[in-house]
Amino acid sequence: MSEALLKVPDAALEQARMMLDRARWGATRFQKLDSATTQRIVNAVAAAAHGKAQHYAEWAVRETGMGVVAHKRMKNEACSKGLAETYSGENFVSPRIDEAKKIVELPRPAGVIFALIPVTNPVATVYFKTLLALMTRNAIILSPHPGAKACCADAARMLADAAKAAGAPDGVIQVLEEPNIPLIEKLIADERIDLIVATGGPSVVKAAYRSGNPAYGVGPGNAPVLVDDTADIKLAAKRIVTSKAFDNSILCTNESAALAFTSIAESLLAAMKAEGAHICTAEETQKLRQLLFTENGFNVGMIGRDGSVIAKEAGFAAPDARILVTPVDLVQPEEKLVREKLCPVLAFARVSNIDQAISAARSMMRNSGAGHSAAIHSRNETNIMAFAAALPALRMAVNAGCSLGASGYETNLGPSMTIGTGFAGGSSLSENLTPQHLMQYSRIAYNKDASETFGRFAGLDPLNLPKAARPAASLVVSNPETDELRRELRKIILEELNAVLAA
Amino acid sequence: MFDYGHFRFESKQALFDKAITFWNPDKTKFWQKAGIDLVIDRREGYCLHDMSGRRLIDLHLNGGTYNLGHRHPELVETLKGALDYFDIGNHWFPSVARAALAESLIKVSPGMKYAVFAPGGAEAVDIAIKSARYATKRRKIVSIIKGYHGHSGLSVATGDDRFTKIFLSDQPETFIQVPFNDIAAMETALKGNDCAALIMETIPATYGFPIPKDGYLNACKALCEKYGAMYIADEVQTGLMRTGAMWGWQAYGVQPDIMVTAKGLSGGLYPISACLVNEKTGEWLNEDGAAHISTSGGAELGCIVGHKVIEMLLRKETIANVDMVTEFFREGMKEMMERHGDIFTGVRQKGVILGLEFNHPEGAVSVSRALYEHGVWAIFSSLDKRVLQWKPGVLLTARLCQEILDRFDAAMPRARELLRSADKVN
Repeated sequence: MSEALLKVPDAALEQARMMLDRARWGATRFQKLDSATTQRIVNAVAAAAHGKAQHYAEWAVRETGMGVVAHKRMKNEACSKGLAETYSGENFVSPRIDEAKKIVELPRPAGVIFALIPVTNPVATVYFKTLLALMTRNAIILSPHPGAKACCADAARMLADAAKAAGAPDGVIQVLEEPNIPLIEKLIADERIDLIVATGGPSVVKAAYRSGNPAYGVGPGNAPVLVDDTADIKLAAKRIVTSKAFDNSILCTNESAALAFTSIAESLLAAMKAEGAHICTAEETQKLRQLLFTENGFNVGMIGRDGSVIAKEAGFAAPDARILVTPVDLVQPEEKLVREKLCPVLAFARVSNIDQAISAARSMMRNSGAGHSAAIHSRNETNIMAFAAALPALRMAVNAGCSLGASGYETNLGPSMTIGTGFAGGSSLSENLTPQHLMQYSRIAYNKDASETFGRFAGLDPLNLPKAARPAASLVVSNPETDELRRELRKIILEELNAVLAA
Repeated sequence: MFDYGHFRFESKQALFDKAITFWNPDKTKFWQKAGIDLVIDRREGYCLHDMSGRRLIDLHLNGGTYNLGHRHPELVETLKGALDYFDIGNHWFPSVARAALAESLIKVSPGMKYAVFAPGGAEAVDIAIKSARYATKRRKIVSIIKGYHGHSGLSVATGDDRFTKIFLSDQPETFIQVPFNDIAAMETALKGNDCAALIMETIPATYGFPIPKDGYLNACKALCEKYGAMYIADEVQTGLMRTGAMWGWQAYGVQPDIMVTAKGLSGGLYPISACLVNEKTGEWLNEDGAAHISTSGGAELGCIVGHKVIEMLLRKETIANVDMVTEFFREGMKEMMERHGDIFTGVRQKGVILGLEFNHPEGAVSVSRALYEHGVWAIFSSLDKRVLQWKPGVLLTARLCQEILDRFDAAMPRARELLRSADKVN
């Protein structure tokens, strides 16, 4: 098509703006639903999502070329029924009463949430953010990465249908079918958005914070994992390899570089090899360095690919490798292999003690990964505490794979697809994103003086308060003769009305 | 000082004086007497600003002209883009803009065959009547008492005496009027087998939106078929998604032979209207297409805006919004009636078309004024002053809807006060 003869409005942008209004209606109505109805909607959507976990795992891998179907399925399951179960005992809908402080807190959902979905974990993040939004009675507009738009849009429509069938208001789940960067940049600045939740590359996160709207954006990861001389080496090797192989390292919590105490380094390498890791020669390591890091940064074509495929692309064979381990001498930002790698390539370095481990870990996180994750395999509390205290990471998984440990699926952190990187990582969010982050509270606060007694709020439902008896407004032209009769009549009617209302 | 570049006014009063001197003394004075001292200045979305700067939420919308809001940015950009290329055009020739709008109108109007364009509703109604007469070779036209179809030669003759007698434009021999919702009267009018058409607003607007009784419109249509008359649906106020369907006749399941759309089709920016005809009533377009001519009917600028209006109305977001606004006022007005049942006694509603009934014979006049004082502009039905026309736009937002309802609630005590003093005067 040649260029149009007439200058025309950007219809896609205009239509997307209409989605914001539709979402507002949805949010407004959603906030009038009670806890039981909300729970029913959440459960129905979680069940529908769970039922399609395999379907969308396959679709996401097919569409993006990234990751592993079986692992994506696990994530989809964890981000559907898993989430619903995790939060089944919690209530984000009813008021909270603090008798001691004489404070009642009334839930205030954010309203309209604009959610950016990354290409790396597309459907799992769609599931995750949607369910969190539903638990807290928000409307959500999903904006998928263009590289995963088809599977995300289809999944979002499926969730929307399930929500509607379970009684959710229209418009609480919508998706941008044809997302593109200029459209999203214009849209996120729209004041009709209450909250942006941005998971994606640094440019997306910065754009979210620049928008002028409240936002949670999270920075990139680059997790070091330390194995000290008190660790169960076999178990550590197994956990690290499994975590690094999980969905081909596509979670931003994946281990980027392993730091091993010199005393146990050889046995750790041997144990990792036994778990299916390919330990690269210096020559292979150099080939990977060249393949993975181009002039324009990380080679995105390698994100989430199989280890064997990456090896082949680099020019050597590692046919059965679950992960590729590249030993490096220098743990400083100028060694490219200790930067973030969303692929199953793990840098490996020896450190002689905890102090050296800390300097190495700090060095690699200096340019990327601040505020994100780290892991340690150790039985030594002092080492664990020292490592956690010294690193700019906001979560450290202990004796667990970092991929699923830091993201809360194998630890008791909030299970999350959005990992807050805190002030250190350019984010207002320091925790793993959980439902609480998508709502606030309005507070009824009594005079703290003891003479002022706190009211009885238990059983009062702000959604369904008893109607106050209203004085009957009436249009009566004054007439002394009939006024007395009218007053009498009005009294009788009022009493009748009140009796009916009370019944 | 109000300096508009092209002209200047010292004050709002200076404008009133000039309006009385040069424009329309009676209309100008009428509103002043009614306590509505409105001179619309800036406007955007569903809000108007008086020359005094006061903001008013517009629930009048000029009968749906501002269905999508005032100066909707997408429409403004559309018109501006069109102005760099097109003008009114030349009615003699086929044109891309007219063909495109005609196609998009016919596509959303099952049973219709051609679109004939006009600059406004009245002329489109004239085309409808002429097409019906062409197809039937009969002259008589049946319409509803208190119906309203415009002020041009044929259209005005279908309407209220107030608009005909003063201009000696009534034609009682050929223009028959029957009461609304009275099927027996309709049959009496049609059974002579000499009527060209029945023209019917799907819900009579100026009459205060009395809702057709179940089956009434279908029965009228059946009578038309029985007695060989064409059924003309005047969709000027009920069309363009205001009933929840593109056309009101679709919402009621009545298939017209001819239909008319106007007002909102213009986006409130460039006047355009259309008469859509079916195969039979449009046959004159094959026989002598220049039998009806209109220089500014189907102006290309208007066609481009109209084309965009239809596109916007068909978006799933728009359709969802109509449902939301409909539901909001259904629930909200029920609540208001509970609170103000002493004066506010009934609601007529189909989609975003509402008539609010007050129990005082001129109740809507006082309520309109009270609302005006509370920042909401809604007009009473000029042919039934008990009824307030309540016409929310199809794109009204949740926030503005809530604001409207809050203002309505706040205005009711003032309405009572005005009603009391009206009674004292009487």
